[in-house]
Amino acid sequence: MASTIKMRATERNGVVVVKALMAHPMETGQRKDKKTGKKIPAHYITEVVGEHEGKRVMTAYWGPAISKNPYISFKFKGGKKGEKVRLSWKDNKGQSDSLEVAIR
Amino acid sequence: MTVARRTFLKGTLAVGAVGVAVGAGLLAPRRVLAAWPKSAFEAKSVQDALKAVVGTDLTEASGKVKVKAPDIAENGAVVPVTVTASIDGVDAMAIFVEKNPQPLTSSYELSPAALGFVSTRIKMGKTSDVIAVAKAGGKVYSARKEVKVTIGGCGG
Repeated sequence: MASTIKMRATERNGVVVVKALMAHPMETGQRKDKKTGKKIPAHYITEVVGEHEGKRVMTAYWGPAISKNPYISFKFKGGKKGEKVRLSWKDNKGQSDSLEVAIR
Repeated sequence: MTVARRTFLKGTLAVGAVGVAVGAGLLAPRRVLAAWPKSAFEAKSVQDALKAVVGTDLTEASGKVKVKAPDIAENGAVVPVTVTASIDGVDAMAIFVEKNPQPLTSSYELSPAALGFVSTRIKMGKTSDVIAVAKAGGKVYSARKEVKVTIGGCGG
């Protein structure tokens, strides 16, 4: 199955910049279904974890106010080209996904 | 009292102390990772959200925290925000939208290797200040920027 994550990790001058885009509805739970008039249940990513070579670099706690198909970018020192960066997310319904890329 | 009895008693006390320490979590094998800060995300004011996420609502406005966001957001559902904290030892950051029903949008825990930098896209219900905080060395620094919103982004 295709990943819900697209990510690129680039190293320059000792700093690795990670940019990632995730496919996710990020429903707030406030939006109403136009046909039924009922509120669409909240469904959003609650946690995003960034790791470099197995070590956690960043943990993001998200609420429903992060936009649909969320984007995140963060930076860290000490990564070298070829080393691995992994991004994992999980949401309030227990769904999750993860992707690993090599630093270029 | 014999020496042996004294030694025995000392040993018992030591074991007892260790037992209490383990119970209190002081000798826990690994740091317990923080969980999703529910009360922070449910808080209805910036002050309450700040207290819940960084432990205080006393922040120092600092030029070293920069909030980059559009002056006018065409679409309140997707407002790009980049926060940079040029402070040594930043271990946490958070982004709030003052006039959202629940102001906290997100919080970030940073390892020592991470830079004080985060970029994402947030929903804003209406024109409001976007407030960013960065915690370093136990102190909380903040900056804010007004973003005008033409079409609100919280739905409905």
